[in-house]
Amino acid sequence: MLKFIKHHLDTIAGIEVFPIISFIIFFTFFLVVAAYVFKQRREYFDQMGLMPLDENQPSNQ
Amino acid sequence: MEKEIFRYDNSIVRKFAYATMAFGIIGMLVGLTAALQMVDPMFNFLTSWLTFGRIRPLHTNAVIFAFVGNGIFMGVYYSLQRLLKTRMWSDLLSNINFWGWQLIILSAVATLPFGITTGKEYAELEWFIDIAIALIWVVFGLNMFMTILNRRERHLYVAIWFYIATFVTVAMLHIVNSFELPVSLFKSYSWYAGVQDALVQWWYGHNAVAFFLTTPYLGLMYYFIPKASNRPVYSYRLSIVHFWALIFIYIWAGPHHLLYSSLPDWAQNLGVVFSFMLIAPSWGGMLNGLLTLRGAWDRVRESAVLKFMVVAVTAYGMSTFEGPMLSLKNVNAISHFTDWTVAHVHIGGLGWNGFMTFGILYFLVPKLWRTKLYSDKLANFHFWIGTLGILFYALPMYWAGFTQSLMWKEFTQEGFLAYPNFLETVTQIKPMYAARAFGGFIYIIGVVAMLYNLIMTMKQGEFQKEEEASAAPLAKEEPAHAGEGWHRVIERRPVQMLVFSLVAVAIGGIIEIVPTMLIESNVPTIASVKPYTPLELEGRDIYIREGCYNCHSQMIRPFRSETERYGEYSKAGEFVYDHPFQWGSKRTGPDLHRVGGKYPDSWHYNHMWDPSAMSPGTIMPSYPWLFENALNTDLTAKKISAMKTLGVPYDEGYEEIALNDLNAQAEQIAANLKKDNIEVVPQTEIVALIAYLQRLGTDIKVKDSQAAMVNQ
Repeated sequence: MLKFIKHHLDTIAGIEVFPIISFIIFFTFFLVVAAYVFKQRREYFDQMGLMPLDENQPSNQ
Repeated sequence: MEKEIFRYDNSIVRKFAYATMAFGIIGMLVGLTAALQMVDPMFNFLTSWLTFGRIRPLHTNAVIFAFVGNGIFMGVYYSLQRLLKTRMWSDLLSNINFWGWQLIILSAVATLPFGITTGKEYAELEWFIDIAIALIWVVFGLNMFMTILNRRERHLYVAIWFYIATFVTVAMLHIVNSFELPVSLFKSYSWYAGVQDALVQWWYGHNAVAFFLTTPYLGLMYYFIPKASNRPVYSYRLSIVHFWALIFIYIWAGPHHLLYSSLPDWAQNLGVVFSFMLIAPSWGGMLNGLLTLRGAWDRVRESAVLKFMVVAVTAYGMSTFEGPMLSLKNVNAISHFTDWTVAHVHIGGLGWNGFMTFGILYFLVPKLWRTKLYSDKLANFHFWIGTLGILFYALPMYWAGFTQSLMWKEFTQEGFLAYPNFLETVTQIKPMYAARAFGGFIYIIGVVAMLYNLIMTMKQGEFQKEEEASAAPLAKEEPAHAGEGWHRVIERRPVQMLVFSLVAVAIGGIIEIVPTMLIESNVPTIASVKPYTPLELEGRDIYIREGCYNCHSQMIRPFRSETERYGEYSKAGEFVYDHPFQWGSKRTGPDLHRVGGKYPDSWHYNHMWDPSAMSPGTIMPSYPWLFENALNTDLTAKKISAMKTLGVPYDEGYEEIALNDLNAQAEQIAANLKKDNIEVVPQTEIVALIAYLQRLGTDIKVKDSQAAMVNQ
């Protein structure tokens, strides 16, 4: 009876690689974002963080 | 550069604020009615349209799409204009967005209580409303995008990224999940069947939590907490990582709603791993919100707005810790189908969404009406009674969840179920249901206090329809400076941001969904699994109409405690003709997948007439209208044709003779009932429902008995 719930996707070639692919995609992306974030200058982030507060003074010009 | 003068549109914010308040109280009152029915079903007042199975979807839809939905629009329309230093692009689109959304809500109110439903949890609205939702959502997106393109602020603040991700992902989820084949104006069948339908549905369902209840509110958090506390967000750096990690991971987590079900193992495991990883970005965001208030805690003591927001973010932290824990297989084995899940979602709903919305309302109303809050004392009262309400709601539900699960799984020393009668596990937790209703009740008292407070605030102030502001127009964009990061570039480019977000969420969707589409050819077909007979199909539609899936699952997990209680565990191949699937997510009553043949027809007849006669102490309502209503067979032929279109192998031309089979089977059931001295007109709804219930899960039994015969 167990055969009914087990292994019914085994016939799709290489299905076991899907979770690994997804993990690699995500992790690489995460590293890229993290690397970028730590490379940026602090002043830039400080300036961005102030955006909701000084509504009448555009910070970007 | 010369400054331009422009005006923010406050009246659209006001409209959405009114709608948020109105639908908040309505949705919660419906919830309270549903909660009272779980103490005593008499609170449906013996009407069909107030029974639990019909108003529970009304409650979830009202609270999610009406209360939180209007709350999202309120917050977005307020913050977007100010963060971009421009008015909304089109007042007309803003108003179409508003009135269209309210019309959708009203059509939900006009359909769900009358049993017009697709039978898919959190996506119950019928096909024509689904189309309207898609259209209005696009109007919202278009208005938002054109506003972004016409902005006077070069950089997009992180809140806006969350709004963009919300827009694209909800559009994608809603469209994919809503593929359905209309049979008539008020009836459609899901395009997908069984396992496939379940996976698409929970991919949608989970991400509705992620992208309707979470990301837009995180955007609001990133705007309104700094605003209310008058200090910048703790770490803007962290907010970037938070955003990308959150939207990237969230989209994968759906299968954790289907652990130990007939879903393939690899998809279940994928769901578990990504759900667990979700702790990191969720807590990153929560800490970012809370730490924004570092050094300003004295202000929290004085400001009701900040109090509500602090509890909201804390509730977010609690439920995003609990969520990943619940998606671990060993925890899920205990929690799933119990009230633990209900407690979990209400920490999120009452705490995170509710309190954040209240905080924003207490912030916005005095601002828009240019006055002070009418009564700080009353707001504090609301805060405390609301917090108590959450506790009184959640704690009994946790207790009930643990208790019931342990009782389901307990065996005697001899190896028998300690509580073989499911009802014992229900009557045990009835006091908890009463306590929960009390918690919900006092939470609503708080909301009423808020309404009074806000109305009085509006009365003493003067509403400012338009708010003047000035800013220089955007200079023509200079080319990216050397050494400037790619991310800084896309932060200025909304279209790229949209595309990036869509790619991030689509990868998860595609990898998860596409292989499942292939399942169709890979689910081992079980030869004895046959399409439903016309009468059973009609009975199934009654089952869907009455919302039976709100309390009964059709998914027996492969645990000894479940196979002992219900019978053979459920196989993927058994659901191939189920458009839509009816696995359910909560067992307020027992699982029904193997109920077919378990009792005589007369038992079901008597039970549906008066459940407490068959099971004293039950909280199942009675269904007298099923005995009065004649079975409507006008659509039977069309339904069979629709099923054929969806791939169910009825014979060529079967729809034309389907009614003969339907009548013959109904006569048969009537004859069975007559043996037990029950006189019934064969063409009543109860007969069709009995036919369906008696069919459930029997296909495999047929096979077993045939195999046994062969062996003899």
